[in-house]
Amino acid sequence: MKKEFKVIADLLPNDVRVLDVGCGDGSLMNLLIKEKNIRVRGLELVEENVKKCIYKGLSVIEGNAETELHQFPSQSFDFVILSQTLQAFYNPEKVLKDLLRIGKSVIISIPNFGYWKVRTSLLFFGKMPITKNLPNNWYNTPNLHMCTIKDMYDFCLSKNIKINKIIGINENKISKIYRSNLEIKNLFSKIGIFQLS
Amino acid sequence: MNENLKNIKKLNVSKPLLLDCKQTIKDFPLAYETYGKLNKNKDNAVLVFHALTGDQFVSGINPITKREGWWISAVGPNKAIDTNKYFVVCANVIGGCMGSWGPKEIDKKTNEAYGLNFPVITIRDMVKAQETLLDHLGIKKLLCATGGSMGGMQLLQFCATFPNKTFSAIPIACSTSHSAQNIALNELARQAIMADPIWDKGRYFKKNVQPKNGLAVARMVGHISYLSEKGMQEKFGRKLQEKSDYEFSFDADFQVESYLRHQGYSFVERFDANSILYITRAMDYFDLSKQFNGGLVEAFKNQKTKFLVISFSSDWLYTTKENKDTVIALNASGADVSFAEIKTDKGHDSFLVDETEFLKTLKGFLDSMHLKFKNEKRI
Repeated sequence: MKKEFKVIADLLPNDVRVLDVGCGDGSLMNLLIKEKNIRVRGLELVEENVKKCIYKGLSVIEGNAETELHQFPSQSFDFVILSQTLQAFYNPEKVLKDLLRIGKSVIISIPNFGYWKVRTSLLFFGKMPITKNLPNNWYNTPNLHMCTIKDMYDFCLSKNIKINKIIGINENKISKIYRSNLEIKNLFSKIGIFQLS
Repeated sequence: MNENLKNIKKLNVSKPLLLDCKQTIKDFPLAYETYGKLNKNKDNAVLVFHALTGDQFVSGINPITKREGWWISAVGPNKAIDTNKYFVVCANVIGGCMGSWGPKEIDKKTNEAYGLNFPVITIRDMVKAQETLLDHLGIKKLLCATGGSMGGMQLLQFCATFPNKTFSAIPIACSTSHSAQNIALNELARQAIMADPIWDKGRYFKKNVQPKNGLAVARMVGHISYLSEKGMQEKFGRKLQEKSDYEFSFDADFQVESYLRHQGYSFVERFDANSILYITRAMDYFDLSKQFNGGLVEAFKNQKTKFLVISFSSDWLYTTKENKDTVIALNASGADVSFAEIKTDKGHDSFLVDETEFLKTLKGFLDSMHLKFKNEKRI
């Protein structure tokens, strides 16, 4: 998790305005404030997490990104971040469009269903994969729309969403992903991070 | 009671104040109370705005009523708003009856109480009057301002009228304008008072009496609206009041009836009926977007104040949705705003009772804001 936040932080210039959608307990927000002097705001669904953020002096709004993104004016943030949540929405396409409306740039991360361990789990055991990034059973997972890095790549192309950068993360490596290495990175990355606009 | 009111803290506001009704007032009393000490850096001042039937006695024992302060659950030594650490200030609103300029004060022109000759005041008038207190106490910028219900409405008005006078703000269970339902409930309270023959068009003070029955009914209406359906059912259900069966009369058979009667009739001992008329009217007239020509965004523009809006899930008087609308407006104007909904069955009254999650949130926010404010002052 830490590694992912570090990658996201590195993508951001200093002093920008950021909205962290699904900000959890505010770990990423704190990192961005400390390292980049970023003016960051959060939106979080879970009451306990909202309070944790408030105690830390972080600005956070309790609410559901699926239904409440309309409250943020268009282009009101330089960056909008959505960390490993897109797959949990009923309508990820609508949410992503809203994020692109609110932010000049959008950074999303996805747990990669194309990761080789996920693939082998299904292939050899014939069961829905349970990994560190996907810890739930099929019947209680919040993830409704799992996808691979390649799926997201194709999706962005088909919706005319501009891909500025893709980064893949696994245990040992953080690597840039291009069209040329997409197949191999889609196999070996646990998490994909997309910078879109 | 009036004798006692002479011994409380009062500021004589000499600066002329133009009321929204276009009348100018000056040399009027503003009663207030303070708790804790203002520190050397003056970075620990917290201004509290009270609700409809509140007063300046937030904590400790109210010297007039001899009861506990209305927000003793949240304010005091080692409480969420810790008076060992913070300097807490609260003033009685104008239109009120705890020593500030209100309808039971003596009109120098006629030498008798104002009654209905008192001008119709607004939330903005109340706030402008209270702002004078900051100068008097030597506070340039508050650490925090807070208030629930009408107190929250005053707070939003305060932030709109005096931008950046406070480093942080916690509006609790309130809205930027009074809803039709809230106006209707206030009208019910007013009609109850005015229907009491003792009220006599507000001149009851001449005979040194109070329209007790009308005022008590007005209070009962309020009390119902401060609870939630579930909370009321759990607290009272159909329980009978110290009896085993119905008495086939109109006495208070049910506990809930007895509770309402008690609340209603104990209230008349401490509150002035005309004050209820004036203060509820001020609440009804409150509409921030109207003040700013339909634009709430305009009301909050250029705010540096850090807001935390708090709502209660079972509050049907100032619903979570209404509180969220405030958040949306603050967001749209680029203000720094947080929002939390406290899940509780205690209804609108949640902010006045010992609601742990609420008090923890209040404390967590205030303490973190204090750290930030100290740092900002250092720079």
